Amino acid sequence: MNPARDHYPQGRAFQAELNARYRAASIWQGLFFSALALAILCLSALLYNVIDGTFGYVAYEYKHDPSEFTPRPLDTLNKQELLDILKSNLSSGAFNKLNNEKPMEERSRSDLYSLVIERLIQLDTKQTWPLTDSIFRSKAVRAEAAQKYPKARLEFRSWLTPQFLVSPMSSKAEFAGVRTAILGSLWMVGIAILFALPIGIGAAVYLQEYADKNFINRIIQTNINNLAGVPSIVYGMLGLAIFVRALEPLTSGSLFGVTDSNGRTILSAGLTMGVLVLPLIIINAQEAIKAVPDSLRQAAFGVGATRWQVVWHHVLPNALPGILTGSILAVSRAIGETAPLIVVGASTFISIDPDGPFSKFTALPIQIYQWTTRAQSEFHAIAAGAIFVLLALLLSLNAAAILLRNRFQRKY
Amino acid sequence: MSIFITLAIVYELGKEAWLFFGSPDVTFAKFFGTTTWQPGIGHFGIWPLVTSTLLTSLIAICVSLPLGLAAALFLSEYASPRARSALKPILEILAGIPTVVYGYFALLFMTPLLRNIFGDQTVEVYNMASAGIVMGIMILPLISSMSEDALSAVPRTLREGAYAMGATKFETSIQVVLPAALSGIGAALIIGISRAVGETMIVAIAAGAGPNFTFNPFKAAETMTGHIARISGGDLSYNSIDYNSLFAIALMLFLVTLVLNLVSQWIVNRFRERYE
Repeated sequence: MNPARDHYPQGRAFQAELNARYRAASIWQGLFFSALALAILCLSALLYNVIDGTFGYVAYEYKHDPSEFTPRPLDTLNKQELLDILKSNLSSGAFNKLNNEKPMEERSRSDLYSLVIERLIQLDTKQTWPLTDSIFRSKAVRAEAAQKYPKARLEFRSWLTPQFLVSPMSSKAEFAGVRTAILGSLWMVGIAILFALPIGIGAAVYLQEYADKNFINRIIQTNINNLAGVPSIVYGMLGLAIFVRALEPLTSGSLFGVTDSNGRTILSAGLTMGVLVLPLIIINAQEAIKAVPDSLRQAAFGVGATRWQVVWHHVLPNALPGILTGSILAVSRAIGETAPLIVVGASTFISIDPDGPFSKFTALPIQIYQWTTRAQSEFHAIAAGAIFVLLALLLSLNAAAILLRNRFQRKY
Repeated sequence: MSIFITLAIVYELGKEAWLFFGSPDVTFAKFFGTTTWQPGIGHFGIWPLVTSTLLTSLIAICVSLPLGLAAALFLSEYASPRARSALKPILEILAGIPTVVYGYFALLFMTPLLRNIFGDQTVEVYNMASAGIVMGIMILPLISSMSEDALSAVPRTLREGAYAMGATKFETSIQVVLPAALSGIGAALIIGISRAVGETMIVAIAAGAGPNFTFNPFKAAETMTGHIARISGGDLSYNSIDYNSLFAIALMLFLVTLVLNLVSQWIVNRFRERYE
C-alpha cells in the first residue's frame, strides 16, 4: 500500500474529465497542424496554378495558309529563304520599317521565322486551356475546339520556351518574350546595388563601430527600423517626386547630352529601388558586424591598430559573408518589387533592349502585372510563364544566399 | 543618410500634399466628410478608399491571424526539431514570393473559386474578398514567424511548471505559454496590419478599379494603394490636382504605417525583458 497514491484524485468522474481533456488536447493539436498544412496547401495551390497556366492546349487559326507562300513546310526553310519570302510578300514600306528597327541581315533565323508567322500567315489565337483540362479532359477540349473553331488547329504547347526567354516584347502573346524585361530588371538591380551597398555598409559600420549610445543615434536606429516597414508604394511616390521630377536633368541624362528621354528612366527606377533596399542592407550588415566577436577587435587594438585599421582589416572581412547574404536577399526583394516601378513610370510596351541607364525600361514583375490584367487568356498563359522565370530567378538567389551562409558560417 | 531619406519622404509628401490641401476646392471637411472620390471633377471624399483598404486588411487579418498563430503554436510547441527544420523553409518560401505573383493567384485562382462557391451573381470579377484572402496568405508567414519567435522566447521553466501540475500540452500552450508571449504576438499582429494596409499589387490586380463606397466584400472597390498605382501608371500631368491628390493619399499611408510600426516596436520593447 503506497500512502502517496491516496492523495491523487480518483474515481469515474475524474477519469471521464481526464479523458475529455486529453481528447481536447489532441483535437487542438490536429487543428494547429492543419493550419500549417493549409499554409502548405496554399503554396502548392499557387505553384499548381502557375504550372497549370504555363502549359496546355491552344487553338489558333491561320489567316493565310503557309502553302500560299512556299511549297515546302515552313520549319524546314533556312534563313535566306525566309528572308526572300518576307521581301516578296511584305509591302516595301513595312519591310523598310522592320529593316530600320534592326537590319534584316543581322536577324536570326528564328526571329525571321516568327516574323513570317506574325506578318504573313497572321496567326490568331482563339482560346487556351490549362494543363489539367488538357490532360484529364483531353477529349472534351478537342470536341469543344472542333465545334467552336472548325478551322482552327489545336496544339499542345508550353508557353515557357527558350524562345520566350530571348525574344523581345510583342503585341501578340505567341511571340512575346521576356528578354527586354529581364535586361531591364538586371540593369535596375545593378544600379540599386551600386547605390545602396556602399552607403548601407558605411552606415552600418558607423552605427556599430563609431556611434555612441546617445539619444540621436537611438533615434537613427529606430528610424531605420521604421523605414524598413514603409509601404513600397510610398517609396515609389518619393522616387517620382525626387528622381523623376526634381533631378530630371540628371536622371534623364540631359546633363550628359542624352536628349530623347524624360526622367522615367532605368536610373530613376534603380535609385528608387536602392533607397527602398537601403534599410534592409543596413539592418543585415549591422547584424553581421554585431556577430564579429569583441575579442578580435580588442586583440587588434592591443597591437596598436587604429580604429580604421580594426574595421578595415578585421571587422569587415569577418562580417563579409553576412553582409553578402543580406545583399542577396535585398537583391531578391528588389527584383520582385512592382509597385514603386509602376509609380516611377516603367513603360509597359518596349521591344528594344535597354542600352544604358538613360533608356526607358520595363521589368519582369511589370510584365507579369501587365499580362495578368489583360482579358485574353493567352496573355494569362504567358504571365504564368513569366512568373515561372521570376520564381526560378528568386529561388536560385535565395538558395545562393543560404549556401553562402552555410559555407562561411563561423563559430567563435 | 536614413534620417535624410525620412526627411525627404516627409518633406516631399508634405509639400505635394500641401499643394493639394492648399488648392481652393479642397478642405479638410470635404476630405474626411464626404464619400465620393473623383478629384478630376471636384469630389474629394477619402472614405471610399479608406473603407476598402480597411475591409481588405480586415479580411487579411481574419485569415492570417488564426492560421499564423496556430501554425506558430504547432511549430514551437508540438513539432519535433526535425519536422520544424523541414516545415519552416516552406513558410519562408511563401514569404519570399513577390506580391505580383500573389496578385495573379488572387485573380486567376481565388476569384474563380469564390465565384464557384457563392455564385456569379453575388461575386464580381474583381472583388475585395479574394484580394483580402490572398493578402492573408501573404502575411501569414510574417505573423507565424514573429509569433513563433515570441513563443520560443518564453522560458522553459514556465512550461515545466505547468506540466508538473498535470496540465496537458494543449493546456500548457494556451493557458501558460500563449499569455506569456502575448506582447510579441500583438507586435506581430500590428506589423501584419501595417503590411496589409501598404500592400499594393494584390489589390491593384484583384480588387478592381474605381473607388466604391461599399462594405460588401464581394464588390469591386479600389484601395488607397491600388488607386495610387492605377492613376500614376497612366499618363499623369505634373501639378494637376490628380497628381497632388496622390501625394495626399501617400502621406496618409505613410503616417498610418509609421504609427503602426512605432506602436509595435513600443510593445516589443516595453514587455520584452520580463523574464530576464
